[in-house]
Amino acid sequence: MPVYSDKVMDHFMHPRNVGEIENPDGVGEVGNPVCGDMMTFYIKVKDNKLADVKFKTFGCGAAIAVSSMVSEMAMGKTLEEAQKITPEMVANELEGLPKQKFHCSNLGAQALNKAIDDYLIKQGMLKADESKCCPFCNHEEEEGSNSICAPCHVNVKKEEKA
Amino acid sequence: MRKVYLDHSAATPLLPAVKEAMLPFLGDSFGNPLSLHDWGDPAREAVEQAREQVAALLGAGSPDEVIFTSSGTESNNFAIKGLASALQSKGKHIIISAIEHFSVMNSARSLEKMGFQLTLVPVDKDGLVNPEDIRQNLRDGTILVSVMHANGEVGAIQPIKEISAITRERKVLLHTDAVATCGNLPIDVTDLGVDSLSLAGNQFYGPKGGAALWVKKGVRIIPLLDGGIQEGGRRAGTEDVAAIVGLGKAAEIAAGDIVGRMNKLIPMRDSLIKGLTTQIGHVILTGHPQKRLPGHASFCVEFIEGESMLMLLNSQGIAVSSGSSCTSRALKASHVLIAMGYNHEIAQGSLLFTLGIENSADDVDYVLESMPSIVDRLRQMSPLYSKYIKTNKGGLSNAGL
Repeated sequence: MPVYSDKVMDHFMHPRNVGEIENPDGVGEVGNPVCGDMMTFYIKVKDNKLADVKFKTFGCGAAIAVSSMVSEMAMGKTLEEAQKITPEMVANELEGLPKQKFHCSNLGAQALNKAIDDYLIKQGMLKADESKCCPFCNHEEEEGSNSICAPCHVNVKKEEKA
Repeated sequence: MRKVYLDHSAATPLLPAVKEAMLPFLGDSFGNPLSLHDWGDPAREAVEQAREQVAALLGAGSPDEVIFTSSGTESNNFAIKGLASALQSKGKHIIISAIEHFSVMNSARSLEKMGFQLTLVPVDKDGLVNPEDIRQNLRDGTILVSVMHANGEVGAIQPIKEISAITRERKVLLHTDAVATCGNLPIDVTDLGVDSLSLAGNQFYGPKGGAALWVKKGVRIIPLLDGGIQEGGRRAGTEDVAAIVGLGKAAEIAAGDIVGRMNKLIPMRDSLIKGLTTQIGHVILTGHPQKRLPGHASFCVEFIEGESMLMLLNSQGIAVSSGSSCTSRALKASHVLIAMGYNHEIAQGSLLFTLGIENSADDVDYVLESMPSIVDRLRQMSPLYSKYIKTNKGGLSNAGL
């Protein structure tokens, strides 16, 4: 059985919305080459809606497919709707991701969210807020958590030591 | 679509003559080699013939020095744990190289948890161990040194003879994991000067499941598997006769053809290396350029990631492997490339082509035609590449080399 679903392969072989936006309204960059995946999302906002979404991704097949899928899911949505895109939704739209690759899908939604935050900060609608994040996905670590990044299923402490 | 298999370090195709030799033992000759009747006799004879064939490939003094196992991994576990256990009253210090296969590395780590001390000796940027580093780390209580004959990921052939000169002088045992080399490079265990050596048939056109550990006569080893008297009591369990027969036949064929194989593979390897490093920018050959396995061409392609290259090559019918985090189930970059001094970003672009005797120069040409557009396509998608283009930063300029 192949590792990836047909949907993942389709988005990997034919990624949608690859590229950069000149003078973007927001940019979100997440990831770390330690884990192997990095994504940059660029957005253009018009009337509180995502008029354009583009991405550049360094990473595995899943990471590229996830970026493509997130860009497609977000396009045309209001900022509030786009912020509600979760890793689970992305994985479901892709007809599943291998368990050990699941953290990649988190990166996509996170990068988009970061781009939206960037836009909101620039508009003065959000305070710049340095979040303490898992080194792999920039997801905020829950206080008192057992140092497992929930969306990534990565043991943050252990990985950091390695 | 054209199909080109260039992943011989993962598995080699079974030679037809090997398959033919195995078939009777998957059919009518199903007897147990331990049985003292007409069903057992041919099985026993076949296993003993295979033992002679493997011994001959290694230049071993006696066939009894060959112990059949199920895999290179088992052979390495057996050697590291079995030799260390036998010697633990003399000392508990073990030295291995930093680029050993996980079957050696994790066996040594397991012993460390049980109270042994472990030293990892480094490698240089070409992936080579400096024998002097072994000498400097030997101490009272060092009982075992293990350095692989060649690394399967970067192809570098280690100076085992120089290392064994040191270990013999200090009367410390030396194990070598020759899984990548056996059947692909001439091996003479006496000349190498080692005390034990692992090999696996699936690396030289034999079956999976047929592997062996050679242990020099007089060297004590504690079994991993306790049970019956198979393999002289050193490896209990009913023999996988068909796999052992296949291993023996593959060894016999390799012994007669090893130079011919090398002469075929080395020119293909070198034209692949030359083609990829000259036709595409920012492609780094990993491992020593000359001291490397005959069919082995390994690279780091900057700014892009190995698995996505692997998948695009597969979509064009080309099978390769990679040491990137994404390719590994553990999601960690190759410990071999990190030990050689590459940073994580560069190591993620690892790509490994391993040629075999059924490949042709046309296969190499096909790869050279396919690769540039695949690399370009992924670089156009890569945030690291656009940063590099805009700022001239990234890639090897900050790779620490």
